[in-house]
Amino acid sequence: MEPLTTSLLYLNGVTVSFDGFRALNNLSFAIESGEMRAIIGPNGAGKTTMMDVVTGKTRPDLGDVLFDGSYNLTKLDEAEIAELGIGRKFQKPTVFESHTVNDNLELALKSDRRARAALWWQETPPERRRIDELLQIIRLTAVRDRLAASLSHGQRQWLEIGMLLAQEPKLLLVDEPVAGMTDVETQQTAELLKEINRERTVVVVEHDMAFVRELGVKVTCLHEGSVLAEGTIDQVSANERVVEVYLGR
Amino acid sequence: MMAHILIRSIDRGATIFLIIVAAIAIGVPILNLALPPSSDFHIPLYLVALFGKYTCYALLALSIDLIWGFCGILSLGHGAFFALGGYAMGMYLMRQIGTRGVYADPILPDFMVFLNWKELPVYWYGFQFFPYALLMVVLVPGVLAFVFGWFAFRSRVTGVYLSIITQALTFALMLGFFRNNFGFGGNNGLTDFKDLLGFNVQSEATRNALFSISCVALIIAFLLCRAIVTSKFGKVLIAIRDAEARTRFLGYRVESYKLLVFTLSACMAGVAGALYVPQVGIINPSEFAPGNSIEAVIWVAVGGRGTLTGAALGAVLVNYAKTYFTSGFLAPYWLFMLGALFIGVTLLLPRGIVGTLYHWTALRRDRASAAAEEGVTDPLPAE
Repeated sequence: MEPLTTSLLYLNGVTVSFDGFRALNNLSFAIESGEMRAIIGPNGAGKTTMMDVVTGKTRPDLGDVLFDGSYNLTKLDEAEIAELGIGRKFQKPTVFESHTVNDNLELALKSDRRARAALWWQETPPERRRIDELLQIIRLTAVRDRLAASLSHGQRQWLEIGMLLAQEPKLLLVDEPVAGMTDVETQQTAELLKEINRERTVVVVEHDMAFVRELGVKVTCLHEGSVLAEGTIDQVSANERVVEVYLGR
Repeated sequence: MMAHILIRSIDRGATIFLIIVAAIAIGVPILNLALPPSSDFHIPLYLVALFGKYTCYALLALSIDLIWGFCGILSLGHGAFFALGGYAMGMYLMRQIGTRGVYADPILPDFMVFLNWKELPVYWYGFQFFPYALLMVVLVPGVLAFVFGWFAFRSRVTGVYLSIITQALTFALMLGFFRNNFGFGGNNGLTDFKDLLGFNVQSEATRNALFSISCVALIIAFLLCRAIVTSKFGKVLIAIRDAEARTRFLGYRVESYKLLVFTLSACMAGVAGALYVPQVGIINPSEFAPGNSIEAVIWVAVGGRGTLTGAALGAVLVNYAKTYFTSGFLAPYWLFMLGALFIGVTLLLPRGIVGTLYHWTALRRDRASAAAEEGVTDPLPAE
């Protein structure tokens, strides 16, 4: 297919209404390949709805979402979108509690997702090594055989990020990764995301301005379902309207 | 490959279960056939038939546990698949009666002659052949479950809504099978069976053989379930049970997994029904009654869902209690007792009997390993 855009992710005039309430209102923006973008905005600005649209959970009423230049995500379902290479981390850490840390990663590992393949699947040495490697990155090697239910909040956040990495996505959507984390954990998470960004495109939704500053990337501020301001963190936080609706005086 | 799967599937609990079932499969017929009735260890024939019934129920419970305990699909209509398997076997047994029926029609079963039917309905064709009947035992529940599941899971019907429509499914089938013109004997169902593959279904030897075959079917189904739940497929099922949306965002097509396991479970329930019918000697529409399906769910809850062995144990225990209590002066209160049992288990023993046992052993092991870890991380101070 002929690429329609050079951007990795391109939202064009996306509108989503719930019972007359416009969660997204003609939202348009583009994420370039290899970029890390922070999305900020007050509650109800449409940040999570935007992620729902991109991952196929919600269908927009209007507009297009193009991925990798040629795939229209509004026509695909969650599984197909995940297979294209979009990984999502939820606001509330969601891991499989009755599985071990190791099994959580095993399930996330890029592989044939069909039921038939899963029946006959056996772990190969490269897959084993990949899990070892991921455990190193997310610092959970010591607890690999523990059930995910027994992990601390911060460890769960990392496990979920590890699961995202295991999918080897081109684009990671990360919803509030440092909510409820200690300062040290927040710091470590910022480092982890920067590390990940070396190979992959990342979109981070976050409220914690100190964290966004730490990331040092381009910021998009949403308000009432559309883009209010875009630019460096200093430009955006100097914007009159952003100060008014979000940061406060 | 097979050896690898077998090793993976059989843990300590599974070994104990397999040994017990195998011992019963061999022991019960020996104690019935080889010992004289005067012996203290002799098992009377009515008990063999009763145990056979329990074994079929255990198989049904296993099929429910596979979808409920591991994938979170609470079917309140699994009795329908059990009954369909039973009817398929019943149709074979009916056609074996031949001229020995009251009306001595070589082709038509008695109830059709009674209803003045002149010809055998097309859907009764082929049931005189045992292999065909066996195929139908698996195929009819399987196809129904596939079609039902295809619509339900694709539309993402989950939780109590799914439970309600499974309940409606079995109720609708019950109403259908009650009708005479449905062609399955209506109200009276199928009964008065004579023989199965030429063996008299009433005879001592046949009853013992049917009992042993039921045990073997239970063993095979158990091994199949274990192989499934210990595979990556099984891990995906548990993932779906615990966090369905997460599983979708990982790229798994949840509906295909659900559909496959639901269909397989229905086939297993059908086999259980087919083994049940020759042992109890009758199949009628009351087997479709919604209450039966709910009762089967209670067995699984009592034994411990997600344990497989617990489901089988629960089926035997609750049915033994049922046999015991419904034959005495407490008989009118059995349903109250069953309800109380369900509430009691839900409140006091949410993991069920076997689930609680597993939980305890896991706790003890965790404590032991935590203690061991402490020993390692806190070395004795150097002198």
